[in-house]
Amino acid sequence: MSNAALTPHSSLLSTHSPAPLLTADRVTRLYGDRIGCVDVSFSLWPGEVLGVVGESGSGKSTLLRCLSGLDRPTSGSVAFADPAGLIPDIFALDEQRRRGLMRTAWGIVHQNPRDGLRMAVSAGGNIGERLMDRGDRHYGSIREAALEWLARVEIDPARIDDRPSQFSGGMQQRLQIARVLVSGPRLVYMDEPTGGLDVSVQARLLDLLRALVRDLGLAAVIVTHDLAVARLLTDRLMVMRNGRVVEEGLTDQVLDDPQHAYTQLLTASVLAA
Amino acid sequence: MQKTVTSPLPPRDEAYNFAYLDEATKRMVRRALLKAVAVPGYQVPFGSREMPLARGWGTGGIQVTAAVIGPDDTLKVIDQGADDTTNAVSIRRFFARVAGVATTEATADATIIQTRHRIPEAPLEAGQILVYQVPQPEPLRKLESSEAETRKMHAWGDYGPMYVRLYEDIARFGHVATTYSYPVLVNGRYVMSPSPIPKFDNPKMHMSAALQLFGAGREKRIYAIPPWTEVKSLDFEDHPFEVQKWDEPCALCDAADSYLDEVITDDLGGRMFVCSDTHYCEGRRDAGHRGRLLGTDAGRALTRNEE
Amino acid sequence: MYVAVKGGEAAILATHDLVAEMRRGDPAIPELTTGQIREQMSLAVSRVMNEGSLADTDLAALALKQAQGDAIEAAFLMRAYRTTLPRLGSTVPLDTGAMAIRRRVSATYKDLPGGQVLGPTYDYTHRLFDFSLNGATGEQPATTLADTPLDTRMPRVPDILGAEGLMEPETPPEGDPRPFDLTRDPVEFPADRDVRLQALARGDEGFLLGLAYSVQRGFGGNHPFAGEIRLGEVPVELVPEELGFAVDIGDLTITECQMVNQFKGSKHVAPQFTRGYGLAFGHAERKAMSMSIVDRALKGRELGETAAYPAQQDEFVLYHSDNVEAAGFVEHLKLPHYVDFQGELELIRRLRRELDERIAREAAEAGVLAAVTQ
Repeated sequence: MSNAALTPHSSLLSTHSPAPLLTADRVTRLYGDRIGCVDVSFSLWPGEVLGVVGESGSGKSTLLRCLSGLDRPTSGSVAFADPAGLIPDIFALDEQRRRGLMRTAWGIVHQNPRDGLRMAVSAGGNIGERLMDRGDRHYGSIREAALEWLARVEIDPARIDDRPSQFSGGMQQRLQIARVLVSGPRLVYMDEPTGGLDVSVQARLLDLLRALVRDLGLAAVIVTHDLAVARLLTDRLMVMRNGRVVEEGLTDQVLDDPQHAYTQLLTASVLAA
Repeated sequence: MQKTVTSPLPPRDEAYNFAYLDEATKRMVRRALLKAVAVPGYQVPFGSREMPLARGWGTGGIQVTAAVIGPDDTLKVIDQGADDTTNAVSIRRFFARVAGVATTEATADATIIQTRHRIPEAPLEAGQILVYQVPQPEPLRKLESSEAETRKMHAWGDYGPMYVRLYEDIARFGHVATTYSYPVLVNGRYVMSPSPIPKFDNPKMHMSAALQLFGAGREKRIYAIPPWTEVKSLDFEDHPFEVQKWDEPCALCDAADSYLDEVITDDLGGRMFVCSDTHYCEGRRDAGHRGRLLGTDAGRALTRNEE
Repeated sequence: MYVAVKGGEAAILATHDLVAEMRRGDPAIPELTTGQIREQMSLAVSRVMNEGSLADTDLAALALKQAQGDAIEAAFLMRAYRTTLPRLGSTVPLDTGAMAIRRRVSATYKDLPGGQVLGPTYDYTHRLFDFSLNGATGEQPATTLADTPLDTRMPRVPDILGAEGLMEPETPPEGDPRPFDLTRDPVEFPADRDVRLQALARGDEGFLLGLAYSVQRGFGGNHPFAGEIRLGEVPVELVPEELGFAVDIGDLTITECQMVNQFKGSKHVAPQFTRGYGLAFGHAERKAMSMSIVDRALKGRELGETAAYPAQQDEFVLYHSDNVEAAGFVEHLKLPHYVDFQGELELIRRLRRELDERIAREAAEAGVLAAVTQ
């Protein structure tokens, strides 16, 4: 992979601070003889949204698990620019420190809300957990933050004491987003955020995500098999196949003028459908 | 009518080592106790022995008591605050037999008090040891069933999920709905289960002059609160910890500052409230305090065997 | 009254007298001797020795008599006694290959060196009452001596597979360290195999049987073959420090079971069968078989299997298989808990009162509102 591919388009550079927020260096994850992902390298700048596309089994979810600290790569490193200083490799940290970062510095929105929510805990408790993790001990202000975030993700604040199991799929997904964003992370990982939702519900969620990313200046890595989602939300795109990145570039460029045969196939299949 | 509450020395059963446990086992327990005292609130694993009393019936407390008791000690044993509940009687008899020590019901006369579910009402003094029987030492167990994981949570001070539980109670009920085994933060570091004492007793643990030792036999853990240690019941700044209150004082001794037990007097809804700490109640009556039902049939039913 | 008010001690002593009376039953019926229990209730004696972790048929018989036949109570008596016993030394590992066989069956081979030895078993009895056992018959059971003695060589089935390289080898860890002793030291998790085997050996037969069954039915994922079950006597040897050589100190009757499980392998590692191991005092086949199935399930971590089922989770199995601990904790619920219950009563009354007040307040406010709008 050339250096040019690691740098975002010059038109975006003006909005970027000089240092990348996240740098993956030859991240590889093998499961015995089976390939998860191989030699994935890229940098992500603050405020930038990167899409990872590919069909299921292409290694994009494995990559996301490695980047977000859920799964240790077999080799390679993941650097993160913490406000307190650059962390050259999050996997060189002890588990306590890494878990702490996973709760404050970045967040993960899982494809299945059950993996990201405590289903037996109320919506308010779900949103408040990260605040309590970091030591907030004022019930009233935790509740206020929960009410505010419910409104921001367009859930009726009157439902603060309801459990996620009483929510629709789209609401569960929005609750998950609120739970992650409440502690003010700079980076969010999303795994198929619109997967399993109806088309109209998807559109509403995409609008919300776009507004949140823009208003909060969040950086994000979004894994999706849906090129429409990628076009709407992401600045830059990586196309993965068989665990490897086959093409990378500005989203519009990749989608409108695909270079790699596989990308051409992907974009063509969308057009055909 | 002050009763003699300190019993004379019974003969010791010489078939067993002093206080039942062999000396090597006592040393093992003492090493665990020293570590526990050095790291207040931390659960120290220990090689809990199989005892001639059932697991869950105080084997942890018994092993701790056996490890610290000497021939000159005076032992008090309470269960639910009372000296005469069945298990308290059974454990007191056990130590009278295997250690031959003096036993007492008078809180102030005891050098060691083994307890299940209560802290005596009278403040403890320097030099006294309170030994708690603990069924489940892990305050996080209801949130996380894996021991490997809860040990990490303690090591990292990862107590957010505990507060989520308190938050949920307040959101649903307006109060923290935990009335006993109410978790505490010891010395600003470890979250600890105070054993199933009512939360009414939690404040007595804070800055106590006595040494507090906790033994969980089945779960094989020992922990401790050294004298003069900060013990804070978990709460929110705007929902501070509160203890139980009753609308009426003790029906026997008129105490308004003690934990009360509800005694059903008939099947028509009749009930009376009396001190759970039986020795405290007797002491107040001997000092002339008279409750509403003292001397009535209902009162006599509870006091007849004291005379 | 539930709480013995000062008469508590006398009441407790009276329970001891009552239980003695219950134990004796009708005095017109002759009293059992511990010898009768040892000889005629030998499977119960085995179970008590296993769960009591003490190989002593006389004590196990006494425990059964004292406990009125309650196996868990009897195991409890054994445990409480064993904990006071001094440790004189450790024996040399038993060589079950040198067992004087009474029974030996394998489900993996039709025939094998030494042959199938059926021995004493209920396996082929029809479960029909033998009413002649109602009375003492005084007759000696008729067994006849076989024409030829058993082979002296009875190789263990896993060893036969091992010689061909088909069975995972079981070698002691580096340096063959002294095994963990769970009666002396607190168990930590994940637990190693020595700890797991000790816990299983003293674990409740019923609990392990249920777990083993769950593995077979689909909550485990291993299909076991009974590689071999053998019952018989093995010599026990001790090396006294002052002598420096092994001295035979007697024989022990034991049951051993080795389960052979479906093979494991990968592109680089040649496939091999894996195994689970069970060992029990006396004649205790069901226990040894259950133990070996659960042992294999718990080896999942070392073999890289995901622990998806209860039988594969060491914390779950080890914490809950000890019936003396489990019985103590379940039965402690009989102890008074009225102090804590009082706390719950106080809270539930307060919460109900507060709810009633809120509903009344809201109704009143709604009433005022209705009056105003009229």
